[in-house]
Amino acid sequence: MKIAMTVNGKSVSRDVADNTLLVEYIRDNLRLTGTHVGCDTSQCGACVVHVDGKAMKSCTMLAASAEGAAVTTVEGLAKSKDDLHPMQVAFKENHGLQCGFCTPGMIMTATDMVARYQLEGKTLTEESIRHELEGNICRCTGYHNIVKSIADGASKMTSV
Amino acid sequence: MSEGIGARVLRKEDKRFITGKGRYTDDIIEPNQAYAAFVRSPHAHARIVSVDASAALAMEGVEIVLTGPELVADGIGNIICGWGVTSKDGSPMNMGAWSALATEKVRYVGDAVAIVVADSKAQAKLAAEVVVVTYEELPVVVGSVDALAPSAPKIHDNAPGNLIFDWEIGDLSPTDAALASAAHVTEMEITNNRLAPNPLEPRSAIATFNEAEDHYTLYTTSQNPHVARLVLSAFYNVAPEHKLRVIAPDVGGGFGAKIYIYPEEIACLWASMKSGRSVKWTSDRTEAFLTDAHGRDHVSTAKIGFDSDGKIVGLKVNTKANLGAYMSLFSSAVPTYLYATLLSGQYDIANIYCDVQAVYTNTVPVDAYRGAGRPEACYVIERIMETAAREMGMDPAELRAKNFVRSFPHQTPVIMAYDSGDFDANLKQAQEAADVAGFGARKAEAARRGKLRGMGYSNYIEACGIAPSAAVGSLGAGVGLWESAEVRVNPVGTIEILTGSHSHGQGHETTFAQIVAERFDLPTENIQIVHGDTDKVQFGMGTYGSRSGAVGMSAIVKAMDKVEAKVKKIAAHVLEAGEDDIVIEGGAVKVAGTDKQMLWHEVGLAAYTAHNIPEGMEPGLKESAFYDPTNFTFPAGCYICEVEVDPETGVTDVVQFVASDDFGTIINPMIVEGQVHGGIAQGIGQAMLENVVYDAAGQQLSASYMDYAMPRADDLPNYSVHHASTTCPGNPLGMKGCGEAGAIGSPPAVINAITDAIGNNNLSMPATPAAVWAALQDVSQKLAAE
Repeated sequence: MKIAMTVNGKSVSRDVADNTLLVEYIRDNLRLTGTHVGCDTSQCGACVVHVDGKAMKSCTMLAASAEGAAVTTVEGLAKSKDDLHPMQVAFKENHGLQCGFCTPGMIMTATDMVARYQLEGKTLTEESIRHELEGNICRCTGYHNIVKSIADGASKMTSV
Repeated sequence: MSEGIGARVLRKEDKRFITGKGRYTDDIIEPNQAYAAFVRSPHAHARIVSVDASAALAMEGVEIVLTGPELVADGIGNIICGWGVTSKDGSPMNMGAWSALATEKVRYVGDAVAIVVADSKAQAKLAAEVVVVTYEELPVVVGSVDALAPSAPKIHDNAPGNLIFDWEIGDLSPTDAALASAAHVTEMEITNNRLAPNPLEPRSAIATFNEAEDHYTLYTTSQNPHVARLVLSAFYNVAPEHKLRVIAPDVGGGFGAKIYIYPEEIACLWASMKSGRSVKWTSDRTEAFLTDAHGRDHVSTAKIGFDSDGKIVGLKVNTKANLGAYMSLFSSAVPTYLYATLLSGQYDIANIYCDVQAVYTNTVPVDAYRGAGRPEACYVIERIMETAAREMGMDPAELRAKNFVRSFPHQTPVIMAYDSGDFDANLKQAQEAADVAGFGARKAEAARRGKLRGMGYSNYIEACGIAPSAAVGSLGAGVGLWESAEVRVNPVGTIEILTGSHSHGQGHETTFAQIVAERFDLPTENIQIVHGDTDKVQFGMGTYGSRSGAVGMSAIVKAMDKVEAKVKKIAAHVLEAGEDDIVIEGGAVKVAGTDKQMLWHEVGLAAYTAHNIPEGMEPGLKESAFYDPTNFTFPAGCYICEVEVDPETGVTDVVQFVASDDFGTIINPMIVEGQVHGGIAQGIGQAMLENVVYDAAGQQLSASYMDYAMPRADDLPNYSVHHASTTCPGNPLGMKGCGEAGAIGSPPAVINAITDAIGNNNLSMPATPAAVWAALQDVSQKLAAE
């Protein structure tokens, strides 16, 4: 079946099997390989992308369910290719990544988290960041610097 | 130099990872690529009666289905264990045959029986499901103690009683005599739980046979691509070494699990040759639980004796090590030379004896996982020291300090010769950072909130930078454990460093550049690190055992020594000065005390134009070196953990975790702290959350992230990480290694803290809320009985 959507601001359309997952559509058909697959039970969060502005696990969603949607992947997070999103900067500056495999999902979850809290007028604390990260697994960092990165990224996003 | 040794340089590799431009194996799609799926045994132990692939072969898109007998007929060799261990009686270890695809028997759930290659991943998986394998089920054994029972089923014909080896170290009778004369003896049973390493990137491989060139390329998630190439060619006969290129591109974590050469890589290479297609396989998570080598799984009894002053007089340990269904690449070294050689801990112990029975079971093969043997040794000695202190009514830190090694070098009775350290300094630094003096008040305050607060120590020592090749060779290693490096200065003065080390999260592209920046006083942006490709780097032993600093960087230093010597010769020649008067600083090569100089890149250009270099000198500026260490290195430290237990539920929070480490010279503190954080997280994971669970039939009940408790952000605290370092005398940079310390040192600190909080020492890992609650019920029953 033909599935069309907007990915990182660009209209795309691909003819794929009905059971194609959104993550497969992104990785194998669009060849945007920043979105990763680390498990098969929707636990690890390496595949998180934004669908119509909301963080979604793209391994748990059919590509067909995203028909017509606006999808943002880690490749499309920065304003331009010469730019970095403040959250990306925060992860680098706070050593919030090691092997880098979980990082795109972490960053997509983090930007969604900050946006939601800002919208609801709530403040992200260390405790709430840790709680919000329950759907994202990192095996390298022990989370210490990821939590720091997100707190820093949140203040960077506010000051932008 | 702001980017040199000791600077917190931000990582050069980060930009591609934060923008989604990393290049991991599964990101690659080759032309004419097909996908592989494996038919795996659903039984833990069974005879294969027949394999019928006809239905699978008839399915759309299916290219080929291959089985074990065809693999054997094509001369593909059995998977080897690369470290020979000799039993007490002098006999060699009993290594059972491991074929990449099972032939007559399957020995664990997940054992590969056939490979299916199809146009798409979905087609391959569907076709694998309709390959009909008829099995005759056999009795199963999963635990090491059960496997040694006379009635246990036999897993390999050449391993009677399922015993792989019965090994010993140290002197038995003096140890027995010392324990018999001891004023106090503490005896414990200690279990080290089985873990699944779980790097977040699942294993993956893409094999391409180019018939026109008679050449193979393998992209793979490997910590040591050169070792993979060597083993694939020399032992498995899939391709000759000069006709096989192995590339390990960005690799998403390893932790040991990506050291080994698994059946899947062998089968994909072979299937590519058979099918004429590029063959790609990527593990899913459950497949990773079923096939990635597991870690730990020791059952030990330990006995330690003290004189009336609290000085240790002897330590005796027996360990049963479960190696699973087959012997993985370094499996035999882990519970022997990487384990029992560290049982002396930080203590001066005159008499130690340990014997180890390694056994086959119907489980996933067990091999090195972050720390590899050293966490098991640390857990034994640090649990029993804490327990002994409690039994003798002594402060646990005081008992440890009373027995510290204080003069170096220190020869232990179990091979290792500690070269440096200051255990008092680490203890003191950790105690101050943890505010040990204020613990009583914190405990009382917690009690007012209805919580039980406890504190536990762990004073770990480990051995890294493995090791002098001749020494490990004499102990049974099948390889040398040196490292290689090549330093290429380009005509424009930029530098490429080719290293046999492999980075899969450790940040080598940054830290390796820092030592070059320091030496030649250049910005790190002018320095590029090349690794992970056997066509680019000639040879290397790879990254494991925290060896990339102490061994890998030492090789770079040796190669830089040669470059520096040549640079000085050229500059001295051009500037008409003596070589000894030449200094390298500020991007220039100068005659000291004068204004005569060449810019760094001018020396590079001079070397390559060769218009004006010393007579007889070869043109060019490229040097290589192999570095073989003179000893292991010995990172050590003190970890102090504080927990609060809710007595109603057993739910336990790690409320403070302090680390004071001695890693020798630190190149980049930011990266080192990150390594410690991650190691501690895995250690807390082992102590409180993680456990591979098998049922009696050999089914793995914990084979997904729904069932295996991976540590998550809200399970863990922030870590308070400190350094009190002594310089390692064994390598030019004075480095000891930092990659595994956190995972080695932390589990006993956590369990010592929880058992302190609940007043019951009888608690095994993982200390889940249910386990802690049950241990608390034992305490209240005891109190009621009294």
